[in-house]
Amino acid sequence: MADENIPGDEDAGGEEKVKFLFIFKKAPHGTIYPYEGLEVILIMAAYEQEITAAFVDDGVYCLKKGQDTTGLGIKEFAKTFKVLEPYGVEHLYVDRASLEARGLTEEDMVAGVEVVEAEEIAAVISVQKVVLPF
Amino acid sequence: MKFAVLIIEGPYQHQASDSAYHFTHAALKKGHEITGIFFYNDGVYNATSLMTPPQDDRHISKRWSELIQQYKIDSIACVAAAKRRGITESNLAAGTRISGLGQLTELGINADRLITFGD
Repeated sequence: MADENIPGDEDAGGEEKVKFLFIFKKAPHGTIYPYEGLEVILIMAAYEQEITAAFVDDGVYCLKKGQDTTGLGIKEFAKTFKVLEPYGVEHLYVDRASLEARGLTEEDMVAGVEVVEAEEIAAVISVQKVVLPF
Repeated sequence: MKFAVLIIEGPYQHQASDSAYHFTHAALKKGHEITGIFFYNDGVYNATSLMTPPQDDRHISKRWSELIQQYKIDSIACVAAAKRRGITESNLAAGTRISGLGQLTELGINADRLITFGD
């Protein structure tokens, strides 16, 4: 990713930030969607837009504490979700119903998430310019 | 309207690429602008020149190449996703270029709508 072109200040031009929402719907392992979705966030952060992430369905497992992927032989990237704030991702919304359906509670989640009702996630979706499902 | 198209599924396995193609084609016919097509995840496989489907089936990468070239659409395969999957300049379908996720960000910023095709 070293060959990315990062826009300079001259491109910012004081324009309003675009709202991007990432919706993580799938478990962190089993498919590559959440991992490559996370990679988009890490690159997009350099563009200083307004990025939000929401976790629904099996996507809530992306934020489960205490994951250990040693046996999988796959990189443990879930911990990166915990450190997205410096990248300008200020909100990690977790769907309460998805948690409850899986026997999870807020205590099972990594620090810094906001557990909300589906209606609140719907309201967040409604104000986005771009919604990217992973 | 200015549409950008994101495809995150591979060809044949999943209908997403077909749906994206038909959407793109229909939008262009209606006079809309397609500001870019971005292939991500397994979607980069849509841009390989190596596929040789049976003759009675649609040729997905060739079909994309023809549409992209006819309408001079900016078509991009993500470099990181492509590298993982062995898609390089040497086996890239005509009309598509390899570039970074910054291009996807630009499409999201500049298009009226960025539409994702995939699960």
